[in-house]
Amino acid sequence: MADVKKEVLGIIAAKASLDVAVLDPAAKLTDLNIASLDVVEIVFALEERYDIQIPFNANKARTEFETVGDVIRAVESLVSGKADNR
Amino acid sequence: MRRVVITGRGVVSAFGIGVEGFWAGLAKGRCAIGPIANFPTDRLTVKIAGEVPGFDPAAHFDTRRIGLMDRVSQFAVVASREAVAQSGLSFADDVGTRTATIIGTGVGGMIAVDDSYKKLYGENGQRVHPFTIPRFMANAPTSHITMEHGLTGPAYTIASACASATHAIGHAYQLVRAGVVEAAVTGGAESCITFGTMKGWEAMRVMSAECCRPFSRNRNGMVLGEGAAVFVLESLESAHARGADILAEVIGIGMSADARDITAPDVKGAARAISAALACARLNPEDVQYVNAHGTGTAANDATETRAIHQAFGFHARRLAVSSSKSMFGHALGAAGALELLATVEALRHGVVPPTVNFGDPDPECDLDYVPDTARDQNIRVALSNSFAFGGLNGVLAVAKI
Repeated sequence: MADVKKEVLGIIAAKASLDVAVLDPAAKLTDLNIASLDVVEIVFALEERYDIQIPFNANKARTEFETVGDVIRAVESLVSGKADNR
Repeated sequence: MRRVVITGRGVVSAFGIGVEGFWAGLAKGRCAIGPIANFPTDRLTVKIAGEVPGFDPAAHFDTRRIGLMDRVSQFAVVASREAVAQSGLSFADDVGTRTATIIGTGVGGMIAVDDSYKKLYGENGQRVHPFTIPRFMANAPTSHITMEHGLTGPAYTIASACASATHAIGHAYQLVRAGVVEAAVTGGAESCITFGTMKGWEAMRVMSAECCRPFSRNRNGMVLGEGAAVFVLESLESAHARGADILAEVIGIGMSADARDITAPDVKGAARAISAALACARLNPEDVQYVNAHGTGTAANDATETRAIHQAFGFHARRLAVSSSKSMFGHALGAAGALELLATVEALRHGVVPPTVNFGDPDPECDLDYVPDTARDQNIRVALSNSFAFGGLNGVLAVAKI
């Protein structure tokens, strides 16, 4: 899962044009200037990378995906769920 | 400048064909959104829409003509027949030459595009239907209306996503007002509820899988709709001279571009369009009683639109009735402005404000009177219809009782 975390951070950093170093799990996406449309693109990139479906609705962005850690945890849980199903 | 009036209107929507059923549905606050019936939805997350129920092309067109028309053009022509018949206008002699046909659509014949891609990429097919191009071109609904009624004056399609129909009607109004043409057949048409389009909208993450509840705190997105609404516009003099029934007067159009973001709405851009419509119609804010809102049910639109109404109307904003008809028939994109102008015109005529249905908890960010769930009897003299499109292109029409 450490790899997943590293890779998720890499994808967020690339899509948001940010240095990975500033992506603290507690950091709020809005504070990092990551707009809801950026999140939509990040979610798409993560779904494509792991072949998962992230149930994300931009209308609830402020409550569902508030921090960098929220994104990491969502992907980790979906990826591990997928591994369990094998 | 000439005064411009509406003497005919027709509609195809999730309430079916015809103005009578459309208005009966809106006045009863009936939600016409339901499970998608026209194609399998097992691979979709969002399985609901405001489809036109049981539309049978063969009931309206002969076989040869059906082959040439995508569903969007069929809707446009069926709505135009009702509008033109009601107006009583005959386009014989040179009247047709002095009549403009301006129709708005977001994407044109999307079903033809979807079908051809499925065949080529999905099924490795070698050929597509020979009328794929004339079916999908964005000007097809406009062209089919001209052919249906013999309208040989200026004719074209306006495409500005969710503001297409509002821009089209606003432009037709300007042409009649300035005397460039004597009359105009104008409105909007859209039919793009296909598997491909649904996947595209799903990917934007702005759709609700359950319900469209504009301006509520628990709103969670928009629901697609489809249909067409068409109006006959002409000068007040011409309507009087013919002894035509006058349904309402178009008194202004306001347009603006946000020039900021390709999807996010902007308070200033929306407020500029509202203020421009008021200025065009020489209205003070307190002259308006009702605003038919863009009201998509997304988190961003409804809060932004509320702030824009505050900005444009000042203290009068809280005295306005504001409602979203999309809560009942969905977001018909390029047709939305026409369907919603029709709702606005019927509200004026009947003295009834259609409600915003599926209303849940109030949202502190949306603090206007949204006429929740139940229609309200109210005398309306002047009303606006708002359209704010992706791409930041805005249009607001002003209509008055006559």
